[in-house]
Amino acid sequence: MRPIANTRSVTGIPTGRLAVWWIIVSEIVIFGGLLGSYVMYRLAHDSWANQAAHTNTMAGAFNTLVLLTSSLSAVLAHKAASEGDGKKAAKLLGATICGGAVFLTVKAFEWTHEISIGYTITSNTFWSFYYTAAGLHGLHVIAGMIIMGIVAKDAAKGRELHRVELIGLYWHFVDLVWIFLFPLLYIAK
Amino acid sequence: MSESEHHHPNYVKIWAILVVLLVVSVLGPELGIRSVTLFTAFGIAIIKAYMVAKNFMHVSVEPRFVTYLLMTAVLFVVLFFAGTAPDVMNAEGTNWEKSSWLAAEASAPAEAENHH
Repeated sequence: MRPIANTRSVTGIPTGRLAVWWIIVSEIVIFGGLLGSYVMYRLAHDSWANQAAHTNTMAGAFNTLVLLTSSLSAVLAHKAASEGDGKKAAKLLGATICGGAVFLTVKAFEWTHEISIGYTITSNTFWSFYYTAAGLHGLHVIAGMIIMGIVAKDAAKGRELHRVELIGLYWHFVDLVWIFLFPLLYIAK
Repeated sequence: MSESEHHHPNYVKIWAILVVLLVVSVLGPELGIRSVTLFTAFGIAIIKAYMVAKNFMHVSVEPRFVTYLLMTAVLFVVLFFAGTAPDVMNAEGTNWEKSSWLAAEASAPAEAENHH
């Protein structure tokens, strides 16, 4: 028996999962506050539509598809882990990491183009929100990829398989944030 | 609930529905009707978020308190919005005004889009 508490009889769920739910709860407030502020300003300024018109809808849509697909591989990794197949779970987590890399690559091209034609974080408040919200989200993607790599390394050896579900939960939340960022930044024009 | 107790739905089918919803949200604005765009953008975002939370995050099979925790956080975001939006969205109020906003409103729309 390892000297750690891995279950909570009161909550009825493993401690790790409870901790991830707490993280997600705090993330809801962080992203909710940021996006709520954006919505306030956006509603107060119809003219922001002229700025939003310059974001690349197809790039945003493609990235949404990439994140949805990476969420699929993350949940399939969870399924494999729950069936005790660590190797398969690790491979699927690897596919999820690739999805994150594709997402960031598209983002890099998008930002490079936008910055090169003069839309920078200081151009005006729309672009400040655009880079802050998408940037904070991008940092979460990077963090998820790193943690997923660590979890996949263990899972490939059949160790700590419960963590596959935990990083999956986090990844689905990151996907969920993008589901709202996409219409806010790319569609509402 | 332990790992083995999880019910695993057909994830590929759920993903396919999410992709169809994504296509609808992209095509919605093409119709050029504002109310349709708002629904296909934000209504569908809420449906997609619900599907991800229910089917990929398995919120529905977690103990009920997990849903309450998440909803409490959402409630605080709504409270934050309701508490600050009345001031943030107005250019002036009792004993205060945002001079840059008022100046922008007074000038041409082309200039208004560039103010901070």
